Amino acid sequence: MNSQAKVSRSVPLNRSAYLNCFTGILTREFLRFVSQRSRFLSSLVRPLLWLIVFAAGFRAALGISIIPPYETYITYEVYIAPGLCCMILLFNGMQSSLSMVYDREMGSMRVLLMSPLPRGYLLLCKMVSTALISLAQVYTFLAIALFVDVDPPLRGYLAVLPALVLVALMLGALGLFMSSWIKQLENFAGVMNFVIFPMFFLSSALYPLWKMREASEWLYWICSVNPFTHATELVRHALYLKMSWEAFAVVAGTTLVFSVLAIKGFNPQRGMRGTGGKGPK
Amino acid sequence: MSIQVSSVRFNYGPRNALDNLSFALQPGGFNALLGPNGAGKSTLFALLTRLYAMQQGKISICGHSIRQHPTEVMQQLGVVFQQSTLDLDLSVGQNLKYHASLHGLSGRAAQQRIETELQRMEMSDRIHDKVRSLNGGHRRRVEIARALMHSPGVLLLDEPTVGLDPHTRLKLNQHVRNLCEQYNLTVLWATHLIEEVQPEDKVLVLHKGELKAQGTGSEICAEHGHESLTELFHHLTASKEVCA
Repeated sequence: MNSQAKVSRSVPLNRSAYLNCFTGILTREFLRFVSQRSRFLSSLVRPLLWLIVFAAGFRAALGISIIPPYETYITYEVYIAPGLCCMILLFNGMQSSLSMVYDREMGSMRVLLMSPLPRGYLLLCKMVSTALISLAQVYTFLAIALFVDVDPPLRGYLAVLPALVLVALMLGALGLFMSSWIKQLENFAGVMNFVIFPMFFLSSALYPLWKMREASEWLYWICSVNPFTHATELVRHALYLKMSWEAFAVVAGTTLVFSVLAIKGFNPQRGMRGTGGKGPK
Repeated sequence: MSIQVSSVRFNYGPRNALDNLSFALQPGGFNALLGPNGAGKSTLFALLTRLYAMQQGKISICGHSIRQHPTEVMQQLGVVFQQSTLDLDLSVGQNLKYHASLHGLSGRAAQQRIETELQRMEMSDRIHDKVRSLNGGHRRRVEIARALMHSPGVLLLDEPTVGLDPHTRLKLNQHVRNLCEQYNLTVLWATHLIEEVQPEDKVLVLHKGELKAQGTGSEICAEHGHESLTELFHHLTASKEVCA
């Protein structure tokens, strides 16, 4: 058995190799997710608190007029449910990038990068896997939301699926992009606060944009260019069997831009530890 | 050549980690990369495994340039990193299956490779155990099994015995030597522990990014006029310390 013989024994990297790789990454993400039940619970508790407690308190304070895609007056719970679905995806996207930084520091990222498949493909697989696993959380949330009378049309649950996938990919790509520029785990916590909260609060997730405009024109402007607003609107419309092309275009475009930036900017050298106690400066 | 390194330089900002490093390793055989902490061993490994981008020079593995043919290179490389990279919450089998899928293997083919490699490492009975429940020596064996899953021609081990007791260290070293002999693997074993190197091993002595000696243990001792590798190692690595 010489090295030449080994070259001929290498597994050909055909289409099935790519598929096997994706399945492997998805399975690992799933197994990790299942083994971290507390993460699943906490990801549900957060939006449920908003839906059940926050919405109950603010129901009286915030009047919602008839706005698309709704055809009648709605309760505040119904209004914020799509935004809370996106909130789950936002936290998951950020959490997955947090795990990328953790993997890089702990060395698991090296295992991924030992694959002979292109690195861009490996990163995409990781992003898509995280997105798919997030969907289970969103649908569990929507099932519980039925108990507070958030009951979109039955077909809406199916129609919203592609919108949720796209939003999850957009936020996953954003997370991946950010993780490429974070040197250490400790720095990441700060960035989370500067990204998650502004993104969520400066969007149409909790209040319609016309309400924001009444308060401040420039806040309204920031909200309307925030991709998270468009993500929320895409999900809101899809859940009620409507299509917002504007939201779709913004979310798809943002996904593409962040994916390209994340893959191009990915550098395993950055922030890597465990190399004899030193790393690149 | 299994590994060909030509005029490789690498620096972390103003600090040189590898300085005009060149060497070639023949296919098959146990090669020791000997150097004290900070010699540049891990940097060299990071370059060989494409974790670091090349700054200057050329590296090829089994005739494939790592710049031009990264896919072929990664198919030929099995790597055991200094720091354990196993997923502690997954079982031994799940860890190996994950690695197999990253190399495009699945189903029966992957299962067969897992069984073969675990058997080779005498770890078949631990396939369903969580990695967290294994001791350090067994974890290292699983990592070696994982590195061999895709039948590479070259096995790189970066200080694989760090944190192990002397008995386990010796057993692991012997195990890799057996693999090397039986399957004609090219092994590059980085270490700073001279007791892991035998006189007939091919040795590369690295210090402050420079290759200080190359040849079998007994050859380089004779060449430099030292009776033992320990003496030679101290001579080659201590003289610069004094100058510094």
